[in-house]
Amino acid sequence: MSRVSDAPVLRMESVRKTFGSTVVLRDVGLEVAPHTVTALIGASGSGKSTLLRCANLLEEIDDGAIWLDGEEITDPRVDQDAVRRRIGVVFQAYNLFPHMTVLENVTLAPRRVHGVPRAEAEERARELLGRLGLGGKAEEYPDRLSGGQQQRAAIVRALAVRPRLLLLDEITAALDPELVGEVLAVVRGLKDEGMTMVLATHEMGFAREIADQVCFLDAGAVVERGTAEEVFGNPRQERTRRFLRRVVGTDAGRP
Amino acid sequence: MTVTKGEPARDDTEDPYVPSARRTEREAYKRARARRATAVAALSTLVTGVVLYLLVVNAPGWPRTKETFFDRGYAREAFPVVLRGLWLNLRLLLVCGAAVLVLGMLLAVARTLRGPVFFPLRALAAAYTDFFRGLPLIINLMIVVLGVPALRLTGVTVDPVLLGGAALTLTYSAYVAEVFRAGIESVHPSQRAAARSLGLTNRQALRHVVLPQAVRRQVPPLLNDLVSLQKDTGLVSIGGAVDAVRAADIIVGRSLNYTPYIVAGLVFVALTIPMTRFTDWVTARTARRRAQGGAL
Repeated sequence: MSRVSDAPVLRMESVRKTFGSTVVLRDVGLEVAPHTVTALIGASGSGKSTLLRCANLLEEIDDGAIWLDGEEITDPRVDQDAVRRRIGVVFQAYNLFPHMTVLENVTLAPRRVHGVPRAEAEERARELLGRLGLGGKAEEYPDRLSGGQQQRAAIVRALAVRPRLLLLDEITAALDPELVGEVLAVVRGLKDEGMTMVLATHEMGFAREIADQVCFLDAGAVVERGTAEEVFGNPRQERTRRFLRRVVGTDAGRP
Repeated sequence: MTVTKGEPARDDTEDPYVPSARRTEREAYKRARARRATAVAALSTLVTGVVLYLLVVNAPGWPRTKETFFDRGYAREAFPVVLRGLWLNLRLLLVCGAAVLVLGMLLAVARTLRGPVFFPLRALAAAYTDFFRGLPLIINLMIVVLGVPALRLTGVTVDPVLLGGAALTLTYSAYVAEVFRAGIESVHPSQRAAARSLGLTNRQALRHVVLPQAVRRQVPPLLNDLVSLQKDTGLVSIGGAVDAVRAADIIVGRSLNYTPYIVAGLVFVALTIPMTRFTDWVTARTARRRAQGGAL
């Protein structure tokens, strides 16, 4: 990778993860520079989601190490909660809390974890909600929102604590095609603001447009890593070429 | 969690994986931490035990209490008698337990029937559960066990065991009906929709799709109610049936020493513990099957 000049926000080295006798990640290495977007692409089951879950310590890795801002977070001595406070995650299925309004969802972590006073937390939440086009939805419960609105609310919830790094796990996979655009627009806006992001996605067009770095995973291994131009325009590995041939044809029209 | 013990997972493919020094160090640290946690747990348990023991033994009335409640001789005399009484409790548990499950299920299904025709059935089932869940079991037992024989009906039993069992069944089927109903209602409507869309009748949908899911989900609370029933079989002794409690009672009445009660109590606890552990195990297994995994 050429553009990694600053110290990376996230760094993975030789990460290995197994479930029983299945090796889900093998010898995975990754570096994410500040204010860049990394897209993880690959077939279902290639390990994209597991990689993100490992980065947020939702899964314990078997071997290797992960650093966040130079601190090894996979050391069993670190406070996992403190690590997670610095990372925002948006899940494929939104995972909003159904018993709370959108505003309560968004202000939960700022108030309970970061000790932000209620008024201040709500002010910031409303500002973020407004910016993501959810200004009128603060008092609604998640079940009353469309999928796209729910996913935008989930993004606001992740952003409310000003994370150092945002992990997006196939955030458009559960959405109707006409709702995908509104969520991707939000991600584009975040990139313009300089948010460091790692996203697992099936939206190849979007990955190509937004990602500074693209990682192709196959069977738990990083097969190819490079700029979007390199990986999409001139893939070096046969496996990458085969994968792209298979998916890009069906996905060409997507933003 | 899982990586601490066992050797690294075997790979199916040509993956020449050798655990790194980093992993070895990490696992050694985790093992040390686990050992420390075990030591702390053992120590705090020991301290708690010693404190409790000293507190009881140094109580001013302890010598006297020890004599009237923990007499070895009376315990030895009471134990076989109490065990013989316990056989009655066990039979009651089996028969009442089965009757409660059947009756409870019928009540629950009656309450979930839709359609105006079924209104009387629904209302009756609702009234039944409301009434018997509210009525204290001891009062229910007295009314049934003492009241029914007072009617002097011909052909109706006056056996306190049968009547006591009937009273237990009345109360517990009301509880269990509510457990089943909660289970039925917790099955998502989309399941019923899917079943009906395949052409299953309402009844078939209930039988093959809704109830199996509902019952599976409600196993832990059901077992909880059965554990409770197991203890409450001791209450049939108020009608004069000689169960474990009554057997102890007889010796107490003769000797004025309360040790037999302690013996009976311990026997019930000993009977309940396996059931409680089983409940916990089933609950944990269900939770594990549903959980999507992860380190949290």
